[in-house]
Amino acid sequence: MTTGFHIVVCGSLVPDPLQTLQPMMGASGTPELKSEMMLPSVLDPWAGHALYEAANLAKNTPGSKVWLVSVGPKARLQQLMMTLAQKVPFELVALDGSASGFIDAGSVANVMSDAIEGLTDLDRSRLLLFGGCASASRDAGATMQMVGERLSIQDQFLSVDQLTAQADGSLKILERIEGGQYLESVCEGPPVMVGWATGTLPEPKNNPQVGMMNMRTIMPALQKAQPAAVSADGVVFANVEVPQQRRDTRIVKDVSADEIARELVEWIKS
Amino acid sequence: MQTLPTDEVRQIMWRYAERYDLQMLVQSTRSVARGVVARLVADGERNTHEWTAAKDEMLKAYDEAGVTAMMSKPQYGGYLDGPKNFVMALAAFELAWVDAGAATCCLAAGLALEPIIERGTPEQVEEYLTRSVPPQPGEDRKIARGAFCLTEPLPYVGVDTGIMCGKVRVANWEDGQEPMLQVDKRGRFITNMDYASFVVAAVESDDDRIKGTCMVILEEDDEGVYDRGAVTHKLVHQLSSTRDPIFHMTVPASRIVGGYTIVDGVIVPNHNHGKVLEAVFARTRVPVGVMTAAKLLSAVEPIIRYQRGRFRGGEGAPGTPRYDLGLQMKEDVLHRLVDVWATGEAATSLGLAAARHFDEFEELDKTRDELYAAAGARSVREVLKLRKQTEKLALEYLELLAEPEEERDQERLAELKSNRLVEYMVGESLSNILSPATKLWNTGQGANMMREAVSLMGGYGITEDCPGFLPQKWMDSQLEATYEGPESVQRRQLIVTMTSELFLTQFQGWITELRRLASDRPGTGACALGSAMELWLWTYRHLQEAKDADGKPLYRDKRQGATFPMADALAWLLACRCQVLDCLELEKKGAENPVLADALPGYVQFFTDLCHVQTAHAAGEVGRICADLVYGYNRHPSWEPTCEACAQAGEIDCLEGLIPGISVGTRLTSDVVESDGSHANKAGPCPRFAGIEGFISRRNKLDGCLTGSRLAKDRAGNVLAQVMIPEALDYPS
Repeated sequence: MTTGFHIVVCGSLVPDPLQTLQPMMGASGTPELKSEMMLPSVLDPWAGHALYEAANLAKNTPGSKVWLVSVGPKARLQQLMMTLAQKVPFELVALDGSASGFIDAGSVANVMSDAIEGLTDLDRSRLLLFGGCASASRDAGATMQMVGERLSIQDQFLSVDQLTAQADGSLKILERIEGGQYLESVCEGPPVMVGWATGTLPEPKNNPQVGMMNMRTIMPALQKAQPAAVSADGVVFANVEVPQQRRDTRIVKDVSADEIARELVEWIKS
Repeated sequence: MQTLPTDEVRQIMWRYAERYDLQMLVQSTRSVARGVVARLVADGERNTHEWTAAKDEMLKAYDEAGVTAMMSKPQYGGYLDGPKNFVMALAAFELAWVDAGAATCCLAAGLALEPIIERGTPEQVEEYLTRSVPPQPGEDRKIARGAFCLTEPLPYVGVDTGIMCGKVRVANWEDGQEPMLQVDKRGRFITNMDYASFVVAAVESDDDRIKGTCMVILEEDDEGVYDRGAVTHKLVHQLSSTRDPIFHMTVPASRIVGGYTIVDGVIVPNHNHGKVLEAVFARTRVPVGVMTAAKLLSAVEPIIRYQRGRFRGGEGAPGTPRYDLGLQMKEDVLHRLVDVWATGEAATSLGLAAARHFDEFEELDKTRDELYAAAGARSVREVLKLRKQTEKLALEYLELLAEPEEERDQERLAELKSNRLVEYMVGESLSNILSPATKLWNTGQGANMMREAVSLMGGYGITEDCPGFLPQKWMDSQLEATYEGPESVQRRQLIVTMTSELFLTQFQGWITELRRLASDRPGTGACALGSAMELWLWTYRHLQEAKDADGKPLYRDKRQGATFPMADALAWLLACRCQVLDCLELEKKGAENPVLADALPGYVQFFTDLCHVQTAHAAGEVGRICADLVYGYNRHPSWEPTCEACAQAGEIDCLEGLIPGISVGTRLTSDVVESDGSHANKAGPCPRFAGIEGFISRRNKLDGCLTGSRLAKDRAGNVLAQVMIPEALDYPS
């Protein structure tokens, strides 16, 4: 492909999983996490995989461009960008709204698709719509499908681990299915919606030069971020609580893959 | 306060909320610190003094994260423009949060470049800054890493700075050719020496054809011996490389930092080594102080985690105070942790304020010689004369500034403000104080408080698996108190520079400023701080004139017993002031940040209480030191028969007939020698304090100013028992 892809990645921030997450009923009757605004946040891991795959694809396909469309409190998005912007080049489209996990996925999909439609230099015929197959906060697992539907993208793939742009312009896609198997599909080409699982790429290393370049566009984008009307209207939350099993979860950072594998084998054998 | 302070809070307090480039640097440095560096420490890499392949990975991580390139300007391949003092301080803070040896590697590379940046020729600056950044895509070169080799007396130490072990001679000098120099130097305790590809070394001429001293750049590929020497067996900072190198090398004269001039057949370095060092050490001591401050703040979260979990596993179930609070049911552990935290805040505030000051002052400082020249002063004598004249103008400027705004002569103020030399001298007077004060107090008091932090972990604190690497940090802090001049060096500098009337006038102005702040924000301890400053200032003026019991003057260079404690006391005060100002900055600017909106009052209240706690601590120290000095050099009266301070029993008993009760009353209120020569059981008659009423009233006032400080500590302690902490420490233990 000579003209390259226009890759739009949908993804926002979630509370750092190392933090203590304590759900509680907010004053407005909508659930929220205790001290949610003050909890350090990270890029939603699944969206992160989508972004890194997008950047890699763009890097290897001349003429491509990557946008990151995010709904979240813009001051929090700004903090997130201090790390994210150093990893891969992209143009940010910021929408100032709640990133709470207790927001209706449909309303998020609405504002995201509107924002994507508003991208004046976006060529829809070259569009690859990327996002996480689910979200660590808006975990309905349905947001990306709805965004795709609203943008009239009929070719949709979920739980994707690999996307290969082939010489004839078609895309070969591996989707996870049960039993550790992959479903291999080939579609003619864009537009296509891809909900990424973990992908195949590691987290890119920091590159402050990329960061400085990105920040030239990110800061103005944040400053002019429009309020996003996302809400949970019509949704009733009967109860919210931390999964009990999570309390037994052991949180250890930077354990090697070998060590994790060994523990899994021990657990299975037990 | 519901959560531990976030980046948003810190960015406001430490004044880089608008510096996105610095925020990125902080994040990338943090990822290296809490990733690669933490893993190295957890894997026991500190157990060897040798530089290992694993430690080398840390340098690669620095390169990839952009930490290595932070010293270079964009035109030389870096990505950060402008002065680098605050940049270095923030990077040191993030790295020292996990391991100070790792921070030292980073700082030592900067230290090697500093002489070149400060005094190097344009060619030298371009050459070494360009080579010190990681290769760009398509480039095939090895990154240049530097070491700084001094091992010599330092400015302000008072010893003979001319005595050096490093020598330089002319090796070869052919007509019309550049002279070649023979450099012989033995370094000791030189950081980065395992992998340094170039060394900036201080040397002294051992040849009539070279004048004085200079600093010279040695490359590992130069002709001769570039022996990295024996490994130093340090007890601390094992993630930094330290060796005792030996150099016998021949290098071109163009390697003299700042270049040289040939005068009557003699090579005259453009900058002697003292001038280079002056420029370097004025600034580079600050990040070292910030390193120790970072340790204290990094200790808070692991200690809270330990305290809350300490009693779990025995009796008690979730939801019970014993289970949820653990040791935090006890007031003592909370109060002690508040002290650790408050000290960490003050130290960080002081260090970062100093770094910001040097950034603001740098441009002016670098044009100092041009300013002198423009004013017609070229010789040393002319410069001294000019400085004396300018000091008067600078004092006038400061006095005008201290006046109420509506009463000032604005025209004159504007005129003085536009005088660059006035601005320079005011800034210089602060630089001369802030750098040694940061190094002295942050590392010295910081080490004391790290001991306290470790003790709060109980037996866990002296185990290798203590979370947060607290025991290692405790030991490391002692080395930070030694780097770049031990505490006596910093005190020595302070007792010289704090005598500047320009500084003392600003100090007086700060007292006024704190009184005003106290009026607006009474809980910060600003009032007590102002009182402590007044006491310090009174004592300082008193010591200038006072003599000891033998009639010898007190404030003299060699009477370090009288002068050094005053330097210590000053550093306490400076740290507190910076802490209060940071707290007020958070209150003022935090309101503009929507993320902080709801949480801001809690943060402000907590940091206000920490200020109050720290102020009380500082006031106590200052009061103790000042009282010790004011009273301590007077000889205590003794029970001598001729003692004029005593009443003689015979005399007062005789008066009993005239004034009934005088005999008993006198014995109760003053010292009486009985007719048999006996007296009360104490060292001697109580001394009298004529002439120091000013001190007594100020000391009394200061003690009263401590009112409420313990309530503040209670409040802060209660917050510590309730604040949310993450599920796990974000780096391995």
